[in-house]
Amino acid sequence: MKLKKLKFKRSAITVILLLCLSISLFGCNNASSSSDGKTIKLGVLEDRSGDFSLVGIQKYYAAKLAVEEINKNGGLLGKKVEMVAPDTQSDNNRYQEMAKRLILNDHVDAIMGAFSSASREAIRPIMEQNKMLYFYNNQYEGGVASKYTFNTGAIPDHQITPLIKEMIKNFGPKVYTIAADYNFGQISAKWVEKTVKENGGQVVNQEFIPLGVSQFSSTISRIKKAKPDVLVTLLVGQDQSSFYEQWAKSGDKSIPMASTVNMAQAYEHKRFAAPALANMYITATYMEELADKYPSAKTFVDKLQKKFPKNKYVGMEAESEYSGIMLWAKAVKKAKTTKTDAVIKALESGISYNGPAGKVSIDPKTHHTVRNVYLVHTDSQQKLHIDKEFKAVKPDWLSKDMGVDLTKKPEFKQYTPLK
Amino acid sequence: MSILDLFYQFMNDFSFLILSAIGLAIIFGMMKIINLSHGEFIMLGAYMTTLFTKAGMPLILSIFISAIGVGVFGFIIDRLVISHLYGRTLDSVVVTWGISMVLQQGMLIIFGPSLQGVSTPLGSLSIGGSAYSIYRLLLFVISFVVLVLLYVIFMNTKFGLYSRATMQNQEIAQSMGVNTNRVYSLTFSLGAAFAGLTGGLYAPTMTISPSFGTSFLMPSFVTVIVGGANPLIGTSLSGGVLGIVSSILDALWGTFYGRLGLLIVAIIVIRILPLGISGLVEKVLVRKNRV
Repeated sequence: MKLKKLKFKRSAITVILLLCLSISLFGCNNASSSSDGKTIKLGVLEDRSGDFSLVGIQKYYAAKLAVEEINKNGGLLGKKVEMVAPDTQSDNNRYQEMAKRLILNDHVDAIMGAFSSASREAIRPIMEQNKMLYFYNNQYEGGVASKYTFNTGAIPDHQITPLIKEMIKNFGPKVYTIAADYNFGQISAKWVEKTVKENGGQVVNQEFIPLGVSQFSSTISRIKKAKPDVLVTLLVGQDQSSFYEQWAKSGDKSIPMASTVNMAQAYEHKRFAAPALANMYITATYMEELADKYPSAKTFVDKLQKKFPKNKYVGMEAESEYSGIMLWAKAVKKAKTTKTDAVIKALESGISYNGPAGKVSIDPKTHHTVRNVYLVHTDSQQKLHIDKEFKAVKPDWLSKDMGVDLTKKPEFKQYTPLK
Repeated sequence: MSILDLFYQFMNDFSFLILSAIGLAIIFGMMKIINLSHGEFIMLGAYMTTLFTKAGMPLILSIFISAIGVGVFGFIIDRLVISHLYGRTLDSVVVTWGISMVLQQGMLIIFGPSLQGVSTPLGSLSIGGSAYSIYRLLLFVISFVVLVLLYVIFMNTKFGLYSRATMQNQEIAQSMGVNTNRVYSLTFSLGAAFAGLTGGLYAPTMTISPSFGTSFLMPSFVTVIVGGANPLIGTSLSGGVLGIVSSILDALWGTFYGRLGLLIVAIIVIRILPLGISGLVEKVLVRKNRV
């Protein structure tokens, strides 16, 4: 009996130790030789495997396309651009390892990448310590004010503000929010709350779901009980996306869903059988279906699909990655050097790039972008409709409400509307 | 929240815990092998079910075939790898962890990061103004059927007799003429088949991706740890207890506290009853027999 007890305990401890090990373990890649000055090196950190690979793979392809096009047009400053892109495997520890490797071993000139906000916050301090120019080309919860960081993706100013305004105007004031329980979900939910109040609405409830939860029956019955006019879903990852199938079966599909994460990134409307994603409204800065309406969007889809026929969808993060690299290339050309301070100065001159999503320009004060935003919805058959275009939406919460001006005062922090 | 909603929530939690733990419990209880690739066996079942159903097979049939398919796969894994590890609990953890990584990344390479799923069949039932998914009610019934099936297999068949003998004392069972290696091998396949069944059953309700199994892993380990070594008594009782705790916390304060409750119960049980609930039940029974 005693022995059995001991054995059981011992094996339980081993399991726990191993789980910890699996989290901290990272693979080992061979480092390439250090920079020889003949090429300009661009580091790219994207998830080609793991939970975020659905979007990471699109971004990786977009980066490859951008670098290839730059080289085809003569490279930068008479040199070829070389892309160094280790797979970060949706693992934040690996992000840190690989960021250090890119900076200290490969001596890259700039780094693009990261999908989740947790990954970005894992590497942003490393970039700042090493004075490395960093582009976060991804939609996120907003608020990063850092001298070395440029954020070319959509933020709440672009997405949540117009989306909630439209939803309250069209469907009514009662809003129910479910969000993933980590920094992205918490901060985005706070943004929703702020915008709802500004538009005279009311948040009837908000619930934060731990990452990795895949069973939603209690959440669904709570939502049905609250009878909201609008259901805002800020769920993240494969497990949490099981919500939609379960909502379609035992929820109330007449309640319109509003989201800033679905469809334009991980193409749920194509992956899930109808009607799981029916009756959903999103604001996106780019998505593949815009190709039906806008020629510049179509060119990008065609180029990417021709080069990477295995790619399944061209989403908004692919466009951000591509436009981010193009903005960086333009700034390098303007600065006539890859020295970080000079490139930052060139970027802060209000540089802009006319790309797949129309004109994207850097807002000097906040290091975010001024871009076009599209309101899109799915009907009851889960078919997509493009409703509205908001032209040149400014990312000015940081500069207006928080008084950030990175051109005058360098900062290294993330502002949030959380108190 | 009404009593009906609470009961529906309990049914959901109970069936999720039982079905996710059952395969793991059989393999751990009978063989003392800690199968960290359990989640990936579930994922395999989900992939097979989805692919078969999309190829035109009826859902019930494809779930059934996936269970058998994963069972066969488990048999192959057992012959190739696990059979060298009988009785080596700690080594089994490392090896099955490796198998889990190979399966997960292999699926990513073959089918990409996600697969279009099939939608949940059977529609929903409306009572008192709220809708309940019939398929989910059915899952609750199936979780009971699985427990009964397990009882029949272990109490009423020759294989069950041999495997209980092997579990009690391998050497004596062997000296009485039981081929314990074969018993182990069949037990592992049976556990894998039940994991495949779980994957198949949940495939229409969840997103199909290589990480499908990860959301089952934590609940299944908690259920097995709380339940202890006996797969039947342990799993059913701990599924009941944990189901009640998590559905009440979930209903009162939300999903996060439901999750928290599961882990706190696991910590308390390990502290007070290191052999789990089934250890307690066995102790009580032994005491009764002595009197």
